[in-house]
Amino acid sequence: MWDYTDKVMDHFLNPRNVGFLEDADGVGEVGSMACGDALRLSFRLDAEGRIAEARFQTFGCGSAIASSSVLTEMLIGKTLEEAARITNEDIVRELGGLPRQKMHCSVMGREALEAAIVDYYRRQGKEVPCALLHEDPEICHCYQVSEHTIRDAIARHDLAEVEDVTYHTKAGGGCGQCHDEIRRLLAEYADAKAAHPPVTVDLAADTGFHREVARLLAEEVAPALRADGGDVELVAVHGRRVHVRLTGQCAACPASDATVEGWIQQRLRELLADETIVVVEEKS
Amino acid sequence: MSGLLDGLPPRPDGAVYLDNNATTRVAPEIVEAIQPYLTDVYGNPSSIHRFGAAAGRAVEEARDQVAALLGADPAEIVFTSGGSESDNLAIVGTLRAHPDKRHIVTTAVEHPAVLSLCRELESRQGYAVTYLPVDGEGHLDLDALRDALRPDTAIVSIMTANNETGVLFPVAEIGRIVREAGVVFHTDAVQAVGKLPLDVNELPVDLLSLSGHKLHACKGVGALYVRRGTRLRPLIAGGHQERGRRAGTENVPGIVSLGMACRLAAQEMETEQTQVRALRDRLEEAILAAVPDCRVNGDRERRLPNTTNISFDYIEGEGILLLLDRAGIAASSGSACTSGSLEPSHVLRAMGVPFIAAHGSVRFSLSRYTTPAEIDYTAAVVPRIVERLRAITPFDKEHATF
Repeated sequence: MWDYTDKVMDHFLNPRNVGFLEDADGVGEVGSMACGDALRLSFRLDAEGRIAEARFQTFGCGSAIASSSVLTEMLIGKTLEEAARITNEDIVRELGGLPRQKMHCSVMGREALEAAIVDYYRRQGKEVPCALLHEDPEICHCYQVSEHTIRDAIARHDLAEVEDVTYHTKAGGGCGQCHDEIRRLLAEYADAKAAHPPVTVDLAADTGFHREVARLLAEEVAPALRADGGDVELVAVHGRRVHVRLTGQCAACPASDATVEGWIQQRLRELLADETIVVVEEKS
Repeated sequence: MSGLLDGLPPRPDGAVYLDNNATTRVAPEIVEAIQPYLTDVYGNPSSIHRFGAAAGRAVEEARDQVAALLGADPAEIVFTSGGSESDNLAIVGTLRAHPDKRHIVTTAVEHPAVLSLCRELESRQGYAVTYLPVDGEGHLDLDALRDALRPDTAIVSIMTANNETGVLFPVAEIGRIVREAGVVFHTDAVQAVGKLPLDVNELPVDLLSLSGHKLHACKGVGALYVRRGTRLRPLIAGGHQERGRRAGTENVPGIVSLGMACRLAAQEMETEQTQVRALRDRLEEAILAAVPDCRVNGDRERRLPNTTNISFDYIEGEGILLLLDRAGIAASSGSACTSGSLEPSHVLRAMGVPFIAAHGSVRFSLSRYTTPAEIDYTAAVVPRIVERLRAITPFDKEHATF
């Protein structure tokens, strides 16, 4: 039996905010019966633009129900900008942890939230913030896993095998037809890694680290952001903690902080040092 | 929404254990009977002195008891560490004895002890393996078995009873087909021994696996029946124990427990077929009557008397098990989430059970210790739990997808 925390069991046994809001401002639906888990998340905003009500319906195991329930509690009272920054790690933290094999339950919560926010912007006829609307083809049709999710997992955990990708994302765990596609993404990552070998720096000499961070931000990170109309500048380096500020389009984008922060950190870790921590400064 | 466990009926004393296909309680008389072998009778059966002789006598008496349950000769019983080792010894031991034969026939619904081994032999050692499919009821097509046999087939390994659904394969008929073709036939009878009368004088099997802890003996002990004349190479090299077929100092208390469990099983066989079957049917019928959109997986006729596997559409098995556990009821599920794998039960998928039903499958497996009060309590709890979880799920009959 899984070692669920008391908080997971509490949210499973006493789920909060079960149901569907007929007058919802945004609805997100992810997963399917074939996947083994699915979540419909709906929310309604109050006059100040804060989430007044959130409801969930979940098909899935105890931890999927608990992740959904705790997410609705986290959402209530937040603006959409604040809500968009909730990551799956935040959901896991709020639950006091999840078994490793159950991480995808929290990912489903994050994905439903993203889908619900995108739905809100579409209903309003507003432009969807760029970070929420990536062109993202589905690679694994059995478990409906997108290319973005797979690329992210490969880079984040430096994956090399299809079964590693399955373990982290579920992709490829079904019929196996997408294994060639996953191999292609793995190969692209491996090629990119070979083309940009990690820069060796003397970690003892902080000045060298600082200089390398500045160079890598300018040469490797900023160009990618500029492609989407964004940019980044280095604010400070304290030990292995790199403080940056987002500028350009990214500064205006409500959802960019968490997404871009994770991405920059991952790039710097690949290129420089595993223990690098990236902090995005508050927007001015 | 109120708590998922609010308003359940009062529960009987103690927990309700309905997971006997996973493992069973050790029979109280066995617990008592093995005490001397954990204390005074600690000799090594191979030793010449009185300590060894006493232990050796106990092992041989147990061998007689296991043989008696199966109608076998005691010399045909090899003690092992359990069902998995028995299966591995049967298959690998046969392959090693027939190095020129490179083909194995098994089924898509075997226990992992057989299935994973066959996949391993296929992928790493170049064996060809035929996995026979099953139909929606869980049955084999015997013509497919006939067609699968080849001149280089070394062994056919087909279970007697399925651990998940309880569905029985026609082992006697299968054995006739296999042995007519001159191929060694192994059956994993781990779930069947003690629940069904099995007599090797009538069953044309060469090798038969059984496991102690599935019939109220201790964990860590099992046996392989090896028909006289069957060529088999040992897996474990070492001493001369078990006539050179399985090295290692005997697990004396475990073996004594297995012997006694076999003796008790012979006495209780009628109970399994009458009392246990009646309680299983009572539980099954009560659930089917009270819960909409649920069904029994597998043929309800040709089935173990103690097992029922029921799918509850639109909900997931792990949630059901967690709530049952909170209500004091132990069962198991073929859902993906309970195992940590992504796919639901390979047995249910092989039977073509759709995902909506496979994820929400629950297995209740009874024993001769199960009481009518426990069954009635479970029958009252299950519909409420299913109803609570269905109130959370986004899916129902009209909306099976988003």
